[in-house]
Amino acid sequence: MNVRTRATTWALGLTALLALVVVVSAGIGHVTIPPRTVALILLDAIPVPVGVSLSGAVVLPMLGSVPAPSVELGSLVSLSVPETAQIIVVSVRLPRILLAALVGFALATAGVVMQGFFRNPMADPSIIGVSSGAAVGAVATIVLGLSVPFGLQGAAFGSAIVTAFVVYMLATEGGRTPVATLLLAGVAVQTFLGAVISFLLLQSGESLRQVVFWLMGHLSGATWDEVVMVTLVLPLPFAVLLAHTRDLNVLLLGEEDAHALGIEVERTKQLLLATASIVTATAVAVSGVIGFVGLVVPHMIRLVVGPDHRILLPASALAGASFLVVTDTIARSGAAEVPVGVVTAALGAPFFLYLLRTREVRSP
Amino acid sequence: MSGQRPDSDAGASDPFSASDPAVELDDVSVSLGGQRILEGISVDIGKLRSSAHQTESGGGDGDDGTFVGLIGPNGAGKTTLLRTLNGALTPDSGTVRVGGEDIHAVSSKAASRLVATVPQTTSVTFDFPVRELVRMGRTPHRSRFDGWSEADEEAVEKAMRRTSVESLADRPVTEISGGERQRVLIARALAQETPVLLLDEPTASLDINHQVRTLELVDDLVGDGTTAVAAIHDLNLAAHYCDALILVADGRILSAGDPTTVLSESNLRDAFDAEAVVSRHPVTGSVYVTALPSSSSSADATGRVHVVGGGGTAARALHVLSAAGYALSAGALNEGDTDAEAARRVGADLVTVPPYAPVDDAARSAVESRVEAADVTVVADVEVGDGNLPNLEAAAAADYLVLVEERPFSERNYAGDDGCAVYERLREHGHVVEPSELLSVVGELACEAFGD
Repeated sequence: MNVRTRATTWALGLTALLALVVVVSAGIGHVTIPPRTVALILLDAIPVPVGVSLSGAVVLPMLGSVPAPSVELGSLVSLSVPETAQIIVVSVRLPRILLAALVGFALATAGVVMQGFFRNPMADPSIIGVSSGAAVGAVATIVLGLSVPFGLQGAAFGSAIVTAFVVYMLATEGGRTPVATLLLAGVAVQTFLGAVISFLLLQSGESLRQVVFWLMGHLSGATWDEVVMVTLVLPLPFAVLLAHTRDLNVLLLGEEDAHALGIEVERTKQLLLATASIVTATAVAVSGVIGFVGLVVPHMIRLVVGPDHRILLPASALAGASFLVVTDTIARSGAAEVPVGVVTAALGAPFFLYLLRTREVRSP
Repeated sequence: MSGQRPDSDAGASDPFSASDPAVELDDVSVSLGGQRILEGISVDIGKLRSSAHQTESGGGDGDDGTFVGLIGPNGAGKTTLLRTLNGALTPDSGTVRVGGEDIHAVSSKAASRLVATVPQTTSVTFDFPVRELVRMGRTPHRSRFDGWSEADEEAVEKAMRRTSVESLADRPVTEISGGERQRVLIARALAQETPVLLLDEPTASLDINHQVRTLELVDDLVGDGTTAVAAIHDLNLAAHYCDALILVADGRILSAGDPTTVLSESNLRDAFDAEAVVSRHPVTGSVYVTALPSSSSSADATGRVHVVGGGGTAARALHVLSAAGYALSAGALNEGDTDAEAARRVGADLVTVPPYAPVDDAARSAVESRVEAADVTVVADVEVGDGNLPNLEAAAAADYLVLVEERPFSERNYAGDDGCAVYERLREHGHVVEPSELLSVVGELACEAFGD
C-alpha cells in the first residue's frame, strides 16, 4: 500500500472514531442522553442542503441564459427531539467537546513536529517555553487585573509567541540554531518563567483559585466563540505542517544528512518551529496547560503507523482530538469536576511508563 | 553528466577530463568556531585523475570518473573538506566549483543535485524501511507538491539494484547489519543521480569483507562516470582502490596526485609524524604502507636475519626488518614467488630454486650457510610441503629462532608426520610470536646474539 493510501485510510478511520467519541461524549453528563438522540441533534445542528431549485439564472457567453442551481439550506431532520436535550447538547456540551477535540488535535500535531524536529522522544509541544509563556501572560492578566485586547486568551497567546521567539533568538548564533542549544535555552527560560509564575501566585490573593484552575488545564466554560476562534486559526498552520511532512522525515536523518539531500535546514527549522509554536499557543490560550497529550499521543501512534510523518502527523492529530475528548469526558463526568490536565497526566503518565518499560517507545 | 569547465584550455588539452564533472577548489579556507581548519586549499580533481591515469594505465575510456582518496591524520581536516565540498560549510574565502557551478552560491537543493554525500553510519535510530530511506534520495529532484514520478521510481530501483539491497527493501533500517546499512546509504546517494559522490570514512566501522565490497562498489560507480571523493583511514585500501590521493595535514594539502607519488615515506613522516615503510604489495601490486613501531623509528638496528617464507607469508617480515635496518637473507624460495620479489626489493641475499622445483641439496646447503651466518632466523607462517621441508630443517640449526604463527601448524602442514616432527623441533627452541611482536623479539634476540 502506498503512503498516500495508508495516510488516507488512517485519517478516515480516525475521523470516524472521533465522530463516534463526540457522539458518545455528548450523551454523558448529569442528564444522560442516548447516542441516537445525540446523533439526531447533531445532524439537526449541521446545515445541510435540503433542496435545489433552479430559480436563478446566469448568462454564459455561448449558451445564453442558463438556469443556475441555488441551494436551500435547512435542517435534514426537523424532528422530535426533546428541546431540553437539544439545549444541553448544543449550548452546553458541544462547545466544550469540540474545543477539547481542537485542542487535542493541536497539541498532538505540535507534539509530533517537536519530537521529529528535536529527534528527541521527550520533546513535547511546550519544549521551547510556549506553555510557560502563555501561563505568564494569563496569570499576569488575572492577578494584575490587566485589560488586554482579546482578553485572557489574547494575552496568553501573545506572551506564548513572544516567549518562543525569545528562546529562538537566545539559541541562535551566526544564523544557525543548534537543536541542543534550543532545547537548553527552552529549559532555562521555562525555569525562569516558572519563578515569575510562582511570584505572581503569591500576589494573587482573591484570584488564586482562578489562576490555579487556569494553570491546571481546563476546558469547562468553553464557548462557541472560542471554538470558532480556534477553528479559524488552526487550518492554515496545520496545512503548512502537512506540506512539510517529507522535510520532517528527512530532518529525522540529522541536519547534516538533510542538508545533503537538499533541505534548506535553517529555513525549514524556523518555519516548523514558528508554525508549531502558533499551533501550541492557540491550544494553550484557550485551555491552559494540558500536559501529556502532545507527548504521549504521538508515541502511541508512532508505535502503530511507524515513523513516516506523512501518516504520523494526520493520524496523531486526529487521535489527539479523540484522546482529549475522552479524557475531558472523564474529567467532567465524576462527582466533582476535575481539571482535564489532571486526568491526562494521571492516565498518560502510567501508560507512558508502561510503554517505556516494555521498550516500545522509540526515538522519533 | 558532462560538467562545463570554466577553464576551457584545460579541457581541450586533456581529453579525459572533458567528460569529468570538474570539482575545483580555489584557495579555500574554512574556519569552525573561530578556528581555522583548512587553509588555502587549491586542487582540481579532474586533473588529479588524468595524471594518475597517464602513469597507471596510460589511458582509459573517456567515461571513467575519478576515485579520489582523502587521507591524512585525525583532525587534519578531511571531514571538514568533505563538508565544504557538499556545501554544508561555507568557506571564509575561496570557491568550490562542481561542474562549473559555485556550490556555495546555488540553493541547497541545486547543490544536492550536483553532489551526493554518504554519511558515516554510526547513528541510525529511526526505523524507516530501507526503500523509504533510499526514496529520500529523490528529495532534491522533487518540489514540495510533486507526486512520485516514473523517473523517481526508476532511479530508486536502479540505485537499490546497483548496491544489491533490493532484498532488504521492506526491512527497517534499524534491523540490518552495518555493512548492509552502508550499502543502503550509498543507494540513497545514488538515487540523487549526481555526478559527484562524497563518502566520509565509508569503511570505518566495517569488517574487512564489507570494507572491500564497499570500495569495489564505489570503484564500479566510478567506472560509470561518477567522480567519488572518499575520506579513507586505511592507507593501503586507499592506495589500492583510488586513482588519486589527496594527503591532508594541518589543514593543508601536503601532496596530491598519483598514489605512488603521494605515499612517499617522507610525506607520511611529515603528515603522520610516524615512520612507515612504503613498498609494493606482493599480491596486489599496489603501493603498500607498513607502519613501524616508534621504538624502531630509526633504521639503526644491526645484525643479520635470515627469513624462511614463501607465498607472500614473509613479505611483511622482510619489509619490517629491512626498514629497521637489519641485513637480510631469505630462502630458499621458488623463482617468481611473491616473497622472492619482496626479498629482492629489500635487497636480501636470496637463495632460489626454479619455479615449482623442490629445495634440492645445493639450495639446502646454501640456506644452512645463511642460517649459520645470521644472528636470528625467522620462519614465517608458511605452508609446508615436502618441497620446502629442507628449509625448515636448515632453520632448526639456528642459534636464535623466531616462529611467526598466524595459523596453527596443522592447517598449513602438507608434509605429513615428517612436517610435524621438524616443526616440533623448531618450536622446542624457537620463540613463537604474533606478527606484531616480530620486530621487538628479533631486536632482543639480536642483542643476545651480540652478547655471545
